[in-house]
Amino acid sequence: MQPLAKLLEAALFAASRPLTIDELASLDPAAGEPAVRVALAALRSAYSDEHGVELVEIAGGWQFLTRREYAETIERAQFALRPRRLSPAALETLAIIAYRQPVGRIEVDEIRGVDSGAVMDKLVERGLIEVVTRGEGLGRPLLYGTTPSFLEILGLKDLEDLPRLEELSVALRRPTPVDEPE
Amino acid sequence: MTSPILRDPGNSAFVVELEKFSGPLDLLLHLIREDEVDITDLPIAKIADQFLSVINELGLNQAADYLEMAARLLRIKAQLLLPRRLGDDEWEDPRAELVRRLLEYQQIRELVDWLGHAADVRAERFGRGYEAPPPAERVIALIPEPMLHRVVPRPLDVEGATARLNALLAEREQFGWTDVVGRGATIADVLSAFIALLELAKRSSLTLSQPEPFGPMVITRATPREAA
Repeated sequence: MQPLAKLLEAALFAASRPLTIDELASLDPAAGEPAVRVALAALRSAYSDEHGVELVEIAGGWQFLTRREYAETIERAQFALRPRRLSPAALETLAIIAYRQPVGRIEVDEIRGVDSGAVMDKLVERGLIEVVTRGEGLGRPLLYGTTPSFLEILGLKDLEDLPRLEELSVALRRPTPVDEPE
Repeated sequence: MTSPILRDPGNSAFVVELEKFSGPLDLLLHLIREDEVDITDLPIAKIADQFLSVINELGLNQAADYLEMAARLLRIKAQLLLPRRLGDDEWEDPRAELVRRLLEYQQIRELVDWLGHAADVRAERFGRGYEAPPPAERVIALIPEPMLHRVVPRPLDVEGATARLNALLAEREQFGWTDVVGRGATIADVLSAFIALLELAKRSSLTLSQPEPFGPMVITRATPREAA
């Protein structure tokens, strides 16, 4: 393995959170970002099947994670526990904020049809959403957006990984025949 | 998530049903799906009646959000009953706003399924730097999640747990926590066993130890003291 790949491997092993390309590139200023990407790709393929962990692109960075098939056994031994599942109310609120951000509490309440203050406070506390700016309207309401932790707990690279709304509404509408290319 | 829990009238235990629905829109969607009616051509009178009877049955009429929706449904129902003047171009279907919100909410529910699945998949992979939750939480994590939240007037069965512990003590000199509660224990079982353990430890019938941090608890029969 290249020295740079080994260096990245060590850093990713030491870190307890995903590291971004920028952070990884700062380890060796002489290397440069393209070389880091090449080394990451090499590292990922080195871990692609012969190992119990794999290198995963997540929340705008890279992280070593255990393979899914070992979850059960590791959890049974209580070496690590799955985080608690989010409640339907929390997921609803997250979905709205993820797609409408920056969005105020009133709009979330309106879409859900219930008061969402308590749920939003909890999500802020868990670091899944945060105040990103203030709105223009009356009282300059706080507007919320999702955080990197939100991407992390869902295993997403970035917000682009979320399903597109058009894709979803296909399920509501009747599927339209797809034109074959050529 | 919204399982058809509505039909269980024989259940006398006080069950908090509020949590079954995340709000009035959720309940409405549930009714619409059950009736297999078209959202865009909502039979308001029928749905409004069902909505009212459900919130009555479940005691949801205490909750403001549900009451507000009930009022809205009744108003739409009334508006639809009013005669329409011929050639009235201004007329707008009073259901339009509600239908728009329901469609939007339905989309959110689809996203909720997607997000929930993504979170479940992610939860099966552990990263480095895992911090173990405090022991109490780890014990609680072993308890299967209850489907319904019951308010049970029954006290904890500490006596039963004490008897079980005494039987174990008579049989074995040393055993672990899992021998006491076993798998699939309920919260009441866990708490009863725990209280019984502490009580027996206080009476010096046994000693509790944890050989290493976060390791399993070891329960040891106390060596009988010389009779005074």
